Amino acid sequence: MQSADSRRPWTFYAYAAFFTLFVLFLYGPMTVIYILSFQGPSGGMTFPMNGVSLHWFDALFSQSRVGDIAGSFTRSIGLAAVVAVVTVVVSVVAGLGFRRRFRGSVFAFYLAIASLIMPGLFVGLGIALTFRLLGLQTDWLTSGLGAQLTWTLPFGLLIMFAVLGRFNRSYEEAATDLGATSWQRLREVTLPMLLPGIIGVALFGFTLSYDELARTSLTAGSKNTLPLEIWAMTTNVTSPALYAVGAVTTVVSFVVIILALTSIAAIQRRRALGARRATLTSTE
Amino acid sequence: MAESNRSGEVEVLGVTKRFGETVAIQDLSLTIPHGSYCCLLGPSGCGKTTILRMIAGHETPTTGDVRIGGESVIGLPQVRRGTAMMFQSYALFPHRSVLDNVAFALKMRGAGLAERHAKARELITKVQLEKFADRLPAQLSGGQQQRVALARALITNPRVLLLDEPLSALDEYLRLRMRGELRRVQKELGITFIHVTHTQLEAIAVADTVVVMAHGHIEQAASARDIFIAPRNAYVARFVGGQNVLSGTVESAMNGTAAVAAENGARFAFPVGDVRPLRGSKLWGSIRRDRIALEKMPPGSKPPGGLNTVAGEVHTIENQGSYVKVTLDLPHNEEFVAHLLDETFFANPLDIGDRVVARWSASDIKLLDDGPVAHEPAPAATAVATAG
Repeated sequence: MQSADSRRPWTFYAYAAFFTLFVLFLYGPMTVIYILSFQGPSGGMTFPMNGVSLHWFDALFSQSRVGDIAGSFTRSIGLAAVVAVVTVVVSVVAGLGFRRRFRGSVFAFYLAIASLIMPGLFVGLGIALTFRLLGLQTDWLTSGLGAQLTWTLPFGLLIMFAVLGRFNRSYEEAATDLGATSWQRLREVTLPMLLPGIIGVALFGFTLSYDELARTSLTAGSKNTLPLEIWAMTTNVTSPALYAVGAVTTVVSFVVIILALTSIAAIQRRRALGARRATLTSTE
Repeated sequence: MAESNRSGEVEVLGVTKRFGETVAIQDLSLTIPHGSYCCLLGPSGCGKTTILRMIAGHETPTTGDVRIGGESVIGLPQVRRGTAMMFQSYALFPHRSVLDNVAFALKMRGAGLAERHAKARELITKVQLEKFADRLPAQLSGGQQQRVALARALITNPRVLLLDEPLSALDEYLRLRMRGELRRVQKELGITFIHVTHTQLEAIAVADTVVVMAHGHIEQAASARDIFIAPRNAYVARFVGGQNVLSGTVESAMNGTAAVAAENGARFAFPVGDVRPLRGSKLWGSIRRDRIALEKMPPGSKPPGGLNTVAGEVHTIENQGSYVKVTLDLPHNEEFVAHLLDETFFANPLDIGDRVVARWSASDIKLLDDGPVAHEPAPAATAVATAG
């Protein structure tokens, strides 16, 4: 082992140092926030801990004290779910469509992904102004949804491009060859084979939406999404309830990620299990 | 099976295929008789897979017609062509078991679960994979996957089976075994097999007819034996192997024999039959590698000048078991190879660097089509594009 260590190049240590810094910057402050969210009822926003309690989590859900956390949380989850579904449907259909070169396909592609480099705040501002010009009320489920889709759809499309780039067309040709109609081919072969990638698109759509601030801030209308609510709180809430919000939202993010990863793993396990069962029967 | 519409005769008639500016196939015609095993042989990019895909309906000819059993199939969906295709990487659906892969075509036709599984099991038994019916493709070896692909293609009772490089994903041992197996299945079913390959010996080993292709046209379509022993032109002779290509300028011609002088000074007698080549014109001929005798030259001696001899230095020696492959370095000449029977070689072994004389009998030389003479009419199955 020692000789192996001594042969490590200096780049190993450079990367190790960088990675340590990365971990400290990412998880250090977050850990502090999680610890402080368990502050006692009479504690302040900084150390030392003045007892340990769930007081500030309780405070979150009494609207009068810290704002509409419960309501904004429900809206954010709902909005993220809608964004995920729309992103999946549109990205998969568009990704499959883009495999055929059609007139103007390159132009259409760049037009679609250009929104990734537009400043989000201005996209939101533009949508809000347009709604006002048309005499429409901005609302989180109309203008807010649209604003978020300008962000998630190009991402979804790019992921589908990567997924489809590795997808061999001969599977589809084989299906056609065996008499499948185009619908049967899509249902029986293409979609099942792309499923892990599609779950990835859904996950991306969900988390990008759940996190979105810049585009949503001017388009959400009178009711806030969770990031907007938190943003507002940082300026006017001066209690550890703010930290409790951070802890709860992180837990939700983790739950979403774990759900997505386990569903991908479940698909793979189901395949492996089927295979193992077959192996067992065949060795009898 | 006697009805004409079940005939597996495949006709490709004057087909040209362009992909944008690129011409993949140029005015190609080919007839493959019902129930025969045909190999399309050529280097990558010669258009052999494009032909296969046009027969399968995965590509449409730019001009020309494709007929199966006498009827044009242009625009017909795959199922109504009566063709089935085995893909190069097999394209087995990774999320379906062997049983469901094989039963796929029946499911698409709306057959019930019991019915399609029964039929699929029948075919799986035929390819000896009963024990693996519930496995996923990833759980099988390459040879087993190939057999699943075969069973899956055969479940629709096709009249033509199209095989795109079916053996290229296998290792050498399996490749040799499976090609015999494919031939056996074809005989048993009596349907037309069209098999695309770039491996010369594979084509010769399995096929009734071998179609040698280059740059989107046919160089020669003939029986496997003729392709090997009587290549039509230098391209086929070089590509199929087994032959040395000789060329030279005609010095004189009489009694069906032309005396030809090569650039390196060697002189050959070419049998030319009724053709009277002009003095000074160039002729090409081929001589089988296993019809050549080698004789070691004493050091310092001058090469003998006789007809049908060349002198050179031994470049490589490869023992192939039943014969020994000796490659010679000749001045101004392409690769010259002699296959010596192992007994002959080891009776008088040679070494790399030895100076040798190679001799053969004039009657073993075949005149090739490349020169300005010897224009035999092309056989009906063949249409060589005039361009290029």
